[in-house]
Amino acid sequence: MSQITSTPSRSSTSVLIAVQVIVRYLFIFLIALVLFGMILVIAGKNPLAAISDTLSFTLGSTFGFSEVIVKMIPLVFTAIAVALPSRVVLINVGAEGQLYMGAWLAAWGALTFTSLPAWALLPLMALLGMIGGSLWALIPAFLRARGLVNETITTLLMNYVAPSIVTFFIYGPWRSRGDALFPQTADFVPAARLPAFFGTRVHFGLILALILLVLYWFIMKYTRWGLEMRAIGGNPQAARRNGIPLTTYIIVIMCLGGAFAGLAGMSEISGIHGRLRPGFSPGFGYMGFLISWLSGGNPIGILIMSFVAALISAGADILQINQGLPYAVVNLLLAITLFVVLAHPTFLKGKKA
Amino acid sequence: MQKKPIPTISLCGITKSFPGVVANDHINLDIYNSEIHTLLGENGAGKSTLVKILYGFYHADSGEILFNGQPVMIRSPYDARGIHIGMVFQEFNLIPAFSVAENIALFLPDLKSVFNLKDINHRIIELSERYNLQVDPQAMVSQLSIGEQQKVEILKLLLSDARLLILDEPTRVLAPHEVAALLNVLYNLRQDGYAILLITHKMKEVLECTDRITVLRAGRLAGSMLRAEATEEKLVSMMFEKDVSKLRIRRKPALKEVKTPILELQGVGSRGEGAETSLKGIDLKIFPGEIVGVAGVSGNGQKELGDLVLGITKCIHGSKLLFGQDCTQCSTQMIRRSGVGFIPENPHLMASVPFMSTLENLVLTNTWRYARLGGLSMDWQAVKMDYEATMKKLGYTFSLYAPAKSLSGGNLQRMVIVREMAHDPQLIVASYLTRGLDVQSTIAARQALIQAREAGAGVLLISEDLEELFTLSDRLIVLYDGKIAGTFKPDETNINQVGHLITGSEA
Repeated sequence: MSQITSTPSRSSTSVLIAVQVIVRYLFIFLIALVLFGMILVIAGKNPLAAISDTLSFTLGSTFGFSEVIVKMIPLVFTAIAVALPSRVVLINVGAEGQLYMGAWLAAWGALTFTSLPAWALLPLMALLGMIGGSLWALIPAFLRARGLVNETITTLLMNYVAPSIVTFFIYGPWRSRGDALFPQTADFVPAARLPAFFGTRVHFGLILALILLVLYWFIMKYTRWGLEMRAIGGNPQAARRNGIPLTTYIIVIMCLGGAFAGLAGMSEISGIHGRLRPGFSPGFGYMGFLISWLSGGNPIGILIMSFVAALISAGADILQINQGLPYAVVNLLLAITLFVVLAHPTFLKGKKA
Repeated sequence: MQKKPIPTISLCGITKSFPGVVANDHINLDIYNSEIHTLLGENGAGKSTLVKILYGFYHADSGEILFNGQPVMIRSPYDARGIHIGMVFQEFNLIPAFSVAENIALFLPDLKSVFNLKDINHRIIELSERYNLQVDPQAMVSQLSIGEQQKVEILKLLLSDARLLILDEPTRVLAPHEVAALLNVLYNLRQDGYAILLITHKMKEVLECTDRITVLRAGRLAGSMLRAEATEEKLVSMMFEKDVSKLRIRRKPALKEVKTPILELQGVGSRGEGAETSLKGIDLKIFPGEIVGVAGVSGNGQKELGDLVLGITKCIHGSKLLFGQDCTQCSTQMIRRSGVGFIPENPHLMASVPFMSTLENLVLTNTWRYARLGGLSMDWQAVKMDYEATMKKLGYTFSLYAPAKSLSGGNLQRMVIVREMAHDPQLIVASYLTRGLDVQSTIAARQALIQAREAGAGVLLISEDLEELFTLSDRLIVLYDGKIAGTFKPDETNINQVGHLITGSEA
């Protein structure tokens, strides 16, 4: 019955929201860290030493920091690959599989067009990576658009297929003849490697990922497509009756998500490994899902949470070496973070406007 | 009817303000047992706010509530139920996948941990026979019509010992014969000492059934009186400060020389899924400058007919022609773009996106029109200008920047009407056009339809308000069980004849 007429000035609210978001993430991480510390105590380790080790190795040195950034690159890609479809209420659990298929097709490009110069080969590989990922996403997208199968299930199940296809090619036709010990493809030619910066492993993928993040934000906020996508996300029934082509959006957006995940795969094999290896992704796709979920699809949130996830992941390497903890502690810490968010203590929430 | 004056519930000096608006300003209201008390007022007059305060949803800024003369605090609906206040909302609170008995059991305050559904069934049947509220306790709520769901809501309150029943626009969703049945139920309840607080827009019901009338205007008490003292003119002048005599619709006769129909359905059928009705053999032509009214009790294929025209529901038989061209397989997007406006039966569910601003909601049907640089940006300036012009033309006002979910039901409906009228639609499918609108907005909405018709548009007007259909339509069809049960000219028939067809008693 009542009409709310007062509208607070826009800039002050957006600053307020940004501060709230940051404070919220800090709290989440702090709580998760305390819980994690407790588990370390139970395991008989010194949590303070473990945490300070982790922080000094990752944030305390240039090299450590650069490694965190390296780990963050694929996470930003996969987080967007999940966040974009989530705007039109599609749940893409399949970033992992799409990443593998992107890497697979990009690797084919790298191994086939060996004589191309870098300025032609790298864009070609990126394109192939995107095609690989989006074709893999097209299957669940099509099934969903026809109303046949829920995309959550298909994308998840297809995650188990993609790495097997990659492995098949690595063990079979693409196996490097030179190295019999480890199954992997031949080294890519130098033209197929993304350039790295400042003598670290931080590669050009970082810039791509950041551009993509800005693009994602811009599209959602300013374009006609963003508007229509928000309408679909907000009320699919109304959007359909208003003449917004739902089926088209479902297919296109899902494939775009797949394409971004594929790009993550391409940037990993081209920027880091320089060849295709089985199991080269330690679950980037799943972590991206988590990040997208934790950040609520917010671009700044994706950036922050990707960094945090990368920090945890890099930290786990350190813990493995220094404290003799298994790598599985990454999953532990990520899971604890997720639980904290799921429990979403009310004091972390901003006041509802 | 006047009792010895200790009202069962008294609201004294209730004041409630929201940011930017005083919804209730020192309102007094006395409710007596064995009385039907009507709360009357325009949209936004503060009726809903007042009853929500009474039911504990809002807390009044000042003022007090007396229960049998004693001040009480109502902090939540739980408190309200504790003093035997019950409320039936506009949107029902039933769980579709549960049976009637299970829904009612859920609501009972004295439900045992291990409950006996048979016992509850028994109580339901007993009460429903006594008050003419027959429903099958074992039926799934999802299978019930709106009218039956309302019965369940009322039974729910009766079983949980409510003595004051608040009904928020109960007749809004009912067919004429259901309204009569509901009023009968209310009379019986009154006889047994229940107090009833009725919120409504419909003057006729007010005068027909009430004992006491309270009128609100712009958050203030405009007056309170007994039925005997009230007349239609008096109430209308209390509701509006403005002169209402000029709010009549004058109609020109339909355009004569007519070529191709705007819309033609040839033997169209659809397959209803779930609770939907299947359409069967629908033949329908709508010519330019014509309003075709669709009468019928909801659930007889109205929603499906609207969706079929719009391309949401697929035709499995027959063909659909728009502007003379076959459009049986067209997408909703194509149909919308060719100039088809759609005002759905439920603006919350079917037309708006709750978290988007009104302005964004307005542009949703026409994003292509305002896209710049191929879609890279939107021309919000033009959007604002165009839609403000339409709002001005219709005389509607609502905030453009508030999220749609903050708009009242009536304002949301206005938003939808503005949106659909803004770009001179060629065909308008309007379902329950004036649902939730007050008298003035109703007239503006109807005038908008007439104007569109005079500009040569065709209108498919789906409604349960026979009076509306008879005033506006050039032609009337009756839908019953997914089929066209009859076609009439409004001047050549009467409400009784149509009423029979609607209920299927003469089909």
